[in-house]
Amino acid sequence: MSEQVTGAQSLVLSLEAAGVTDVFGIPGGAILPLYDPLMDSRQIRHILVRHEQGAGHAAEGYAAASGRVGVCMATSGPGATNLVTPIADAHMDSIPMVAVTGQVASASIGTDAFQEADIRGITMPITKHNFLVTNPHDIPQAIAEAFHLASTGRPGPVLVDVSKDALQAMTSFDWPPTINLPGYHPVTRPHAKQVREAARLMVEARQPVLYVGGGVIRANASAALLRLAELTGIPVVTTLMARGAFPDDHALQLGMPGMHGTVAAVGALQKADLLVTLGARFDDRVTGKLSSFAPNATVIHADIDPAEIGKNRFAEVPIVGDLLEIIPELIVAIEAEHAAGRQGDYEGWWSQLSHMRQTYPLGYDLSEDGLSPQYVIERLGVISGENSIYTAGVGQHQMWAAQFIKYNKPRTWINSGGLGTMGFAVPAAMGAKVAAPDKTVWAVDGDGCFQMTNQELVTCTINEIPIKVALINNSSLGMVRQWQTLFYNERYSNTDLHSHRLPDFVKLADAYGCHGLRCETPDEVDATIEKAMSLNDAPVVIDFVVHKDAMVWPMVAAGMSNDEIMVARSMAPEWGSDD
Amino acid sequence: MTRHTLSVLVENKPGVLARVSSLFSRRGFNIESLAVGPTEVPDVSRMTIVVNVESLPLEQVTKQLNKLINVLKIVELDQGAAVAREIMLVKVRADIDSRSKVIEVVQLFKAKVVDVAPEALTIEITGNPEKLTDFLKVMEPFGIKELVKSGMVAVGRGSRSISDRSTRPADKAGERTA
Repeated sequence: MSEQVTGAQSLVLSLEAAGVTDVFGIPGGAILPLYDPLMDSRQIRHILVRHEQGAGHAAEGYAAASGRVGVCMATSGPGATNLVTPIADAHMDSIPMVAVTGQVASASIGTDAFQEADIRGITMPITKHNFLVTNPHDIPQAIAEAFHLASTGRPGPVLVDVSKDALQAMTSFDWPPTINLPGYHPVTRPHAKQVREAARLMVEARQPVLYVGGGVIRANASAALLRLAELTGIPVVTTLMARGAFPDDHALQLGMPGMHGTVAAVGALQKADLLVTLGARFDDRVTGKLSSFAPNATVIHADIDPAEIGKNRFAEVPIVGDLLEIIPELIVAIEAEHAAGRQGDYEGWWSQLSHMRQTYPLGYDLSEDGLSPQYVIERLGVISGENSIYTAGVGQHQMWAAQFIKYNKPRTWINSGGLGTMGFAVPAAMGAKVAAPDKTVWAVDGDGCFQMTNQELVTCTINEIPIKVALINNSSLGMVRQWQTLFYNERYSNTDLHSHRLPDFVKLADAYGCHGLRCETPDEVDATIEKAMSLNDAPVVIDFVVHKDAMVWPMVAAGMSNDEIMVARSMAPEWGSDD
Repeated sequence: MTRHTLSVLVENKPGVLARVSSLFSRRGFNIESLAVGPTEVPDVSRMTIVVNVESLPLEQVTKQLNKLINVLKIVELDQGAAVAREIMLVKVRADIDSRSKVIEVVQLFKAKVVDVAPEALTIEITGNPEKLTDFLKVMEPFGIKELVKSGMVAVGRGSRSISDRSTRPADKAGERTA
C-alpha cells in the first residue's frame, strides 16, 4: 500500500527522490500548496531569490558548475514568464535544468484567470520538453521523466507546470515511477566504422584542428580530450562555451576561435584541411561568413544531437554519440593507426601555427589615463587562479574574461554563450557557489549587465553565499558602444549609462549587506583583488572604474569572412607563409 | 523546391500538434498540408505532412522533428511507392440549366453529390492531389462557391507497415558512410 499524500507532498517527495538538494525560486498563489510541504523537507534547501530570472540563472550556474540538474521554481503567470529568459538561455547552451511552475486550477485553465499564462505553450520552442500536469497521480512520473530528459542525451531545460488543484488533491506516492518515453532514444555509442574513418583522416591530414565546443564539458570528456590531443599532437581550439575544456597552459592550445578569437585559433580553422569537431555546432559567432569558413577542410563532426550534424556545415564524417564514449574509441582507433605505422605528420602545420601564435598573441594597450579593463581581468585571473569559478555577463567584459583569464579546468568558466543574456553573471555565480561552496566564485560583470540582476546580491547575503563581483564599470553598454565606434560613425546612441556617476556601486553593495570596494588606478588593482579574496563573510563587489574606449580585439565583423580578422582597428594580420 | 510527404507517428498527447506545427514555423519550413488522426495502435496518432523544401532542409526538418520527445517515427513516403489521397467537399453553383452538366462532370470523375439545393450542388471527391486539381479546373466555369480539403493522407504500398520500415536514411547520420 503506497503512502497517501497531497499532490504537493508527492512533488516534494519526487524532487527528493530525484536527488534534489537545492532549489531556487519564489512562491506565489498557484504554487503555494507546494511551498508548504517544502518547508518540512530536510533534504531540499530552497533559496528565496528576488526575481524569478535570478532563480533560473542560478539553476543554470548550479548545473554548469556541478553537472547536476539545476532546479528553479516559480508560480503561475508572471512568475513563470519571468523564467522564460533563463529557460531559453539553458536551451541554447544545453544546460540540464528542471523548472517547476504552479498553474491555475485546471478548471480555470483557458479562462484568462488571475495570473494565468500558458507557460507550456510559451516554452515549447525553448525547452527540450515540457509537461502540464493536472492529475496528481502523474506528478512522480512527470518529475522523473523531466530529470531524465534534462540530464541525458543533449542536456537541456525541461518545464513541469502543475495545476493548483493537482497540488491540493490527495494521491498516492510511488517511486520509482515508470518512465514512458517511447520517442526518446539518445544515441550514445558511436558507429565504429565512422570512428575508424575519423582516425584514418586524422593521421592522413596535414593541417588538422581539434575544434572543441561546450559539448566536451557537458559530457565530462575533458580528460579524454587531453589524451586524444596529446596522442595525436593536433592543435586545439576551444570555443567560448568550451573554455576550460582543454588547459589554456597546454602547448597544443591555440585559444578561442570566432568573432573575438585569437589570430592563431581563427587562422588555424581557416587554413585547416581537417576539422575534428567535438561537441561544437558551427555557430555564426565562430564561423563568421559560413560560405568562407574553413574552405579547405574536410569535416568530422561528433555530437550527441544528430540535428546539429549538417545543420550549418556539411560533415563528411558524422559521428552521433556521447563524447565520453566517442573520444576513447577515437583514441583506440588512432592507436591502431599508429601501430600500423601510420602517424600524423603536422610539423609544417605547427611551424605555421607557432608563427601566428608568436606574432599575434592576445594583447591590449594600457590606457594612459585611467584603468584598462583587460588589465583588471587579467590580474583577477592571475590572483584568484585556476581553481576559482568565473561567471560573466554578456559584452566586452565577457570577451575579455574569455580571453585574459587562463582556464585550465572544465566548469570553471560559466557564461551565456548562445542566447547572450545580459544579467547572467550575478545569479549564475550565486548558483555556482551553492553547487561548489568551497570554491571562490567570481562574477565578472559589466555595469550594464549588473544593473539587470544585481538584486540577487541580497539573496547571496541573506543565504550566506559569499560570491565576489568584479564590476568592470566603463559607464556604458560597452560592446554596443564598440560597434557604434566601428560601424556607426561614433554616434553613441543610448549607450552611455552614466554609471561613473550613478548609481554608487559601493553604496549599493553596502545597502545589500555586501562589502563594497572601489578601484580606479592600476596600482590599486592587485591590493583590491587581494582584499576581496580575504573577505569571505559576505559577498564582495569591486567597482573597477575603467576607461570606456577600450575595445575587444581581435575582431571579425559580423557577417564577414574569418579571413577578414582584424587584430586592432584597421590592422589585419599578415597570415605568414602559406604552403 | 520539391514536395515531400512525411508520415509521422506521434504519441497521442495534448499539445503534440502544437509542438509539430510550431517547430515548422520556428525553423522557417512551410507546411503544404497536414492531416492527423488516430491509428491502429491506441495512443499513437499519425500525421501526414506535405512540405515543399529542398532535400537538405528536409533533412533538418526530419532531424528536428525527431528531437520532439512525442515523435515516435518519421518515414518519408516515396511518391511512386505510396498511395496518397485527399478528400475535398466543393459547393458548385448549379441551377436548373447547369445542373445536369455539373452532374456529368461528377460522374466522369467518379465523384459524389452529397447535398442538393436549388442553386447549388455539394460534391465529395477523393483522389490524389492532381485529380482534385483537374476536377476543380473543370468545375470552375460553373462557379465554385466554397471548398474544403482534408489535407493529404498517404500510406506505403505493399505488405509492410510503417512500423516495419526503417526511418529515412537522413535520420541515421551516424551510419552514413563518408
